[in-house]
Amino acid sequence: MAWFTKAPEAPLRVPTEALWNVCKKCGAWTPKDEYAANLKVCPHCGAHGRLSARERIDLLADKGSFVEIASEVIAHDPLTFRDATDAYADKVAATREKTKMGESIVVGTAKIEKIPVVLGAMDFRFMGGSLGSGTGERILQAAEKARALKCPLILCTASGGARMQEGIVSLMQMAKTCAAIQRLRDEGLLYVSVMTDPTTGGVSASYAMVGDLNIAEPKTLIGFAGRRVIETTIKQKLPPEFQTSEYLLEHGFLDKIVARKDLKAFLAKTIRLLTAAK
Amino acid sequence: MATKKPATPAKKAPAKKPAAKAPAKKPAPAKKAEPAPAPEAAAPAPLTNPTWETVQIARHPERPLFMDYLNAWDPAAIELHGDRLVADDPAMYAGLATIDGVPVVIVGHRKGRTTEEKIASRFGMANPDGYRKAMRIMRLAEKFHLPIVSLVDTSGAFPGLDAEARGQAEAIAKNLADMSVLKTPIVVVVTGEGGSGGALGIAVGDRILMLEHAIYSVISPEGCASILWRDGKMAPVAAEALKLTSSWLKKLGIVDSVIPEPKGGAHTAPAKAIEAVKKAILAEIKALQKLPIDELVAKRYAKFAAMGRF
Repeated sequence: MAWFTKAPEAPLRVPTEALWNVCKKCGAWTPKDEYAANLKVCPHCGAHGRLSARERIDLLADKGSFVEIASEVIAHDPLTFRDATDAYADKVAATREKTKMGESIVVGTAKIEKIPVVLGAMDFRFMGGSLGSGTGERILQAAEKARALKCPLILCTASGGARMQEGIVSLMQMAKTCAAIQRLRDEGLLYVSVMTDPTTGGVSASYAMVGDLNIAEPKTLIGFAGRRVIETTIKQKLPPEFQTSEYLLEHGFLDKIVARKDLKAFLAKTIRLLTAAK
Repeated sequence: MATKKPATPAKKAPAKKPAAKAPAKKPAPAKKAEPAPAPEAAAPAPLTNPTWETVQIARHPERPLFMDYLNAWDPAAIELHGDRLVADDPAMYAGLATIDGVPVVIVGHRKGRTTEEKIASRFGMANPDGYRKAMRIMRLAEKFHLPIVSLVDTSGAFPGLDAEARGQAEAIAKNLADMSVLKTPIVVVVTGEGGSGGALGIAVGDRILMLEHAIYSVISPEGCASILWRDGKMAPVAAEALKLTSSWLKKLGIVDSVIPEPKGGAHTAPAKAIEAVKKAILAEIKALQKLPIDELVAKRYAKFAAMGRF
């Protein structure tokens, strides 16, 4: 084939993604540095982009105050699971390599405006933020740490739900985490759940929903069953606002929707007010 | 998923010879040797395996359902209705019963036998109102120191518009938290399908029992296959990968003991199966009632805390 008849292998394009963030919700372009300065919130539509666990911790914890715990707890493969193409163990290894994380949540002690807390943040990049056995164990250890220190526990969720590659062991993490948190609450300690995009399935149906305070960022996807499953089951179209944080607030399942820029101050203030009498 | 009716009948009598050589031509998609929990039916279908046959038995249309157990144990049981908030969910039973002279609070998923019953109870898929009703009645058990018996048989919590609007996630989450500290013995039996969060919502307890051919899983084989295999028809393979059988769950430390079923499955001799479940429950209640309450609750926490700790 002559060179001039050969189709170009890829259409010519300028690699703009290195310089611009394109909003997934409204499609607006924002320079990357401006987007980062705006805490990954689209300045045009207010959509809250996803933060990594470390970014979330940097957002909330006083500078230099975060000390990770339970980092030795890592993802396990109790079923030696394999799907059509991959072994779960390989997928986890690749994810660990890529994210430099051992599990889908990072937990540790921290200070928020000088108030000691135990803080956890999930990371959607790690297997869709799914709840694996390691995730559950880290949350349990975080709750027990908060109990030992008699300080509040704050968990920021970002998860598609239970990790099906860990089968029934993953399902049991829902019960395990709720049990650990219930013990904490029974001792008069505060638990704040901060739901970020997305918080669905088994995570919404466990520790995300049992906060003394249930908080969410704006326009966050929160729900138990998937939209498609519901539409097929009830054979009707769902409204666009269905399963957003605004929808949950309206139906009485959130205490408040808090924008990312206000989140740290909000947490500090509510913790101070709630624990003022102690 | 849930409305799917299994077409496969129970397994046939095993062949005279162990059919080791017979399926030599099959592409053998099996990845791991299932530790022979289920019968050894030689099915000609391209995609099947002992685990998938167990799934069929767990969903068998004649398998004993919640009301079969209850009517056999205590035909005079008193059903209690309503969550005191919005509704009474027929997909969830809650009530007072006496099993061989032992007063209990009993809760469980109600699938329904006739078409009318099935539709009324959404094939055993509970709404948030169902989980909240169950919790309300379990609180009653705590108040009056009655043991709780929970029979699990659901393909999952109902995925519906109203269910989400009324907080399906919150209802299940609350039950998990509250059941973990309930000050009374809780015996859970997975009798048929233990479908994900919808099952777990009434399945936190001191003893978790499972019928031999029941299944218990984080996701239905069909759902898992459509996500990870991008093909719902791969459900038999997904079922095997999920290790959702009683023998695996026992090995994984999730269930405490497995209640053997009559040969061929509970539906072949329902009365026998129902009696076996009753005996197992009564033995557990007797043992649990000997423990001081604080120790019981501490042990329950330790039990779930140990799950998935490696």
